[in-house]
Amino acid sequence: MARITAGLTTSHIPAVGAAFDLGKTETDYWRPVFEGYDWTKQWIRQNLPDVVVLVYNDHASAFSLELIPTFAIGCADQFPPADEGYGPRPVPVVEGHADLAWHLAQELILDEFDITIINKMEVDHGLTVPMSLVFGKVDAWPVRVIPIPVNVVQYPPPTGNRCYLLGQAIRRAVEAFPEDLNVHVWGTGGMSHQLQGPRAGLINREFDMDFLDRLIHDPESLRSMPHLRYLREAGSEGIELVMWLIMRGAMGGAVKELRRFYHVPASNTALGHLVIEPAG
Amino acid sequence: MADLSELDDIPGTTVFTAQRSRKGYWLNQFCMSLMKADNRDRFHADERAYLDEWPLSEAQKQAVLTRDYNAAIAEGGNIYFLAKLFASDGKSFQDAAGSMTGMTPEAYAQMMLDGGRSIEGWRSKKEGR
Repeated sequence: MARITAGLTTSHIPAVGAAFDLGKTETDYWRPVFEGYDWTKQWIRQNLPDVVVLVYNDHASAFSLELIPTFAIGCADQFPPADEGYGPRPVPVVEGHADLAWHLAQELILDEFDITIINKMEVDHGLTVPMSLVFGKVDAWPVRVIPIPVNVVQYPPPTGNRCYLLGQAIRRAVEAFPEDLNVHVWGTGGMSHQLQGPRAGLINREFDMDFLDRLIHDPESLRSMPHLRYLREAGSEGIELVMWLIMRGAMGGAVKELRRFYHVPASNTALGHLVIEPAG
Repeated sequence: MADLSELDDIPGTTVFTAQRSRKGYWLNQFCMSLMKADNRDRFHADERAYLDEWPLSEAQKQAVLTRDYNAAIAEGGNIYFLAKLFASDGKSFQDAAGSMTGMTPEAYAQMMLDGGRSIEGWRSKKEGR
């Protein structure tokens, strides 16, 4: 049977992708960011999953205002990197896992999560920057990926509670897949940041620390956090943090914290990164 | 029913509600067109002519031509769509975000290096905190 063995969260800042692609990872500004993932790079080599269920938001790349799915799942065999206005990132094509993805779509819909099925999609920095941070520069990604794009661009995004429940449903669906697969669930985006208006540049370290602690030890308390609180305290783009609750819901009950990294600034953003595994 | 008035209580912040999305539909769709290299070339060759192909208001066109991102957002633009515009100019998110604060690029960069903008005073207009 398939099983979820670890969860990971990370910010997916586009400037990190640009620094990576332009060979700037050793500059004084960027070195601390990339070094923050050294532990994870080592860890994942010894704990390589077959499949990563990667929760992220599309940044008006695959989805314009013509079509805005709240939750969607990528069921294709391949997902090419998107051209976000400066040419596609020079990273490998993302290989999907259509068998598991279609199974998840079926199980989630029958479990009353009416997720949108995608058979053709390009993936932007929201998905590829986490891959670069964790796997570094590679000719081919060492894992299959099932993208789960979540709308956080058009208000309202899904509630944190709904995200958490979706994570729980993903866990049930993965565990019902007959093939023996090692699966990770990643939640990306965040942490506090605001990219627009006179309040741009907002960072709220206190909010971020509390969010990390509660995500690990008391996720139930985050289920009821309203959008307004994210927007007010973590910035207009800090609302991306609801996606981390999908990852946490998929971990089940208690978890063990394996790695935590927090760094300010990465461009406009507080970068946060966790690796956790289900306890017991 | 959701009470959206609270969203407008956050200082210096525009939440992309349905109303704003409807107002900015074509502005944002214009931005999407810049994901194609051919369109970027045509746009940069003659920005006004390219914009005139779209059903945009004059205020929306001016916001684009002057790269006034606060004005673009007031006209219904969303920052993730507008990112296609500044990316096609070779500008970073930090350049664009900083330009909306009234700070110089240097002062904005230094603020970020110093830990970012403090939340104090930026939570609520009506509560002044």
